[in-house]
Amino acid sequence: MPRVTPMSPAPVRIAAAAICGGFGVLLARALLALPEDEAGLAPLIETNLEASGVKHPITAVLLNFRGYDTMLEIAVLVLATIGVLSLTVARPGTWAPVAEQADPVLSALARFLAPIMLVVAGYLLWAGEHAPGGAFQAGSVIGAAGVLLSLSGYARPVWVTRFALRAVIAGGFVAFLGVAIGVMSAGGALLEYPAGSAKTLIVLVETLLTISIGAILVSLFIASASPAEELRRRMEENR
Amino acid sequence: MTTFAGLSQTDLYALAGAALFVIGLYGLITRPHLLHKVLALNISSGGVFLVLVGIARRVPGPVPDPLPHAMVLTGIVVTVSSTAFALALAKSIYTETGHAVLEPDDLEETGEVSRG
Amino acid sequence: MTLTSWIFDIVLVGTLVWLAVRVLAEVKLFKSVVLYIAFGLLVALAWVRLAAPDIALAEAAIGAGITGALLLDAAGHMRGRSQPYASASDEPSAGGDMDA
Repeated sequence: MPRVTPMSPAPVRIAAAAICGGFGVLLARALLALPEDEAGLAPLIETNLEASGVKHPITAVLLNFRGYDTMLEIAVLVLATIGVLSLTVARPGTWAPVAEQADPVLSALARFLAPIMLVVAGYLLWAGEHAPGGAFQAGSVIGAAGVLLSLSGYARPVWVTRFALRAVIAGGFVAFLGVAIGVMSAGGALLEYPAGSAKTLIVLVETLLTISIGAILVSLFIASASPAEELRRRMEENR
Repeated sequence: MTTFAGLSQTDLYALAGAALFVIGLYGLITRPHLLHKVLALNISSGGVFLVLVGIARRVPGPVPDPLPHAMVLTGIVVTVSSTAFALALAKSIYTETGHAVLEPDDLEETGEVSRG
Repeated sequence: MTLTSWIFDIVLVGTLVWLAVRVLAEVKLFKSVVLYIAFGLLVALAWVRLAAPDIALAEAAIGAGITGALLLDAAGHMRGRSQPYASASDEPSAGGDMDA
């Protein structure tokens, strides 16, 4: 039986169990001590929802009330992508097209599903303004579509240059930062959208974020897993 | 909010989240294989998310507090990016050294190797 | 909240905790990863139970989809040969991707 993985020595396990167990009991007590029916910040969000520019409270929190958090979060995503890309840069040929070598049924299914997933992503982005949905969900659906395509043997199309890909990855963060700086130079606080233009700016940022998050998730998968390279190598071995 | 044996739905999920966090923490310490450490971190973060979303249900009325939901949403995306980075690092370590644990010598000395 | 939904919640939460323990107690990497993917799917169910459809949408695409694909790939990459803890006879005969 391959793939056997080791365990820590018994003293380590016992000490870890004691510490983790004690911490767990404390955590449980703290959680049970929380007051019931605490309104939290929900009423505050409810009151200011009108001014936020969107009708869905979670989108309002993400892009307006706590936009600062979301901006830094995108920065983390971009940094992680830079990290993964730089770890895999020494592998040439990752991006070459291998579609003709893939399983024909799988590629046909992926060809059929990918456009539908893009439409779903567009819908989620549009729906995020007033219902569950938004940049993160839409971006993850684009990411999943990209993973599906790369698993079924499709590589990056030739017209997407490395530079273009990197520009798209950074685009969401740069746009967010641009809006933040623009609003500040117009006299407001960081990400304090001027009255009346909040909705336009949020939709602009969210659209670019969706594309960026999608590209980031696909790149993380392709760079980390390099399925196309793997597939080609297996094909060559089987020859 | 209806309760059952003194527990509300909020309490149930928050306690489960705390349990998952602790289980993940224990796994992170005791499993030397890097992939198990990544899995343990993911389980821990799942526990944190469960606690946050569970607590968000405390508000009176059917609609939960949107603020923790927004935090968890960003958290999920950050978790997947950090997982991808961690896995890329772990694979590099494996390719370079031929094993996927941080200190293989320590383990070999103790001879504590469990098998499937 | 009805009794049925309570039972559902308790079963769901119990399964989540049990799966988390199984993921980390499992000695085979591949089994751990598959159990973790099941865990991710059930977490998405928990988000629905907690009235968090936004999170459920993201989790279904990311937690079960992209993370699962990443983990499966890593488990495949790290399998077999150079594991110092598996004896030589344990090796898969077609360990193709370990030829570095």
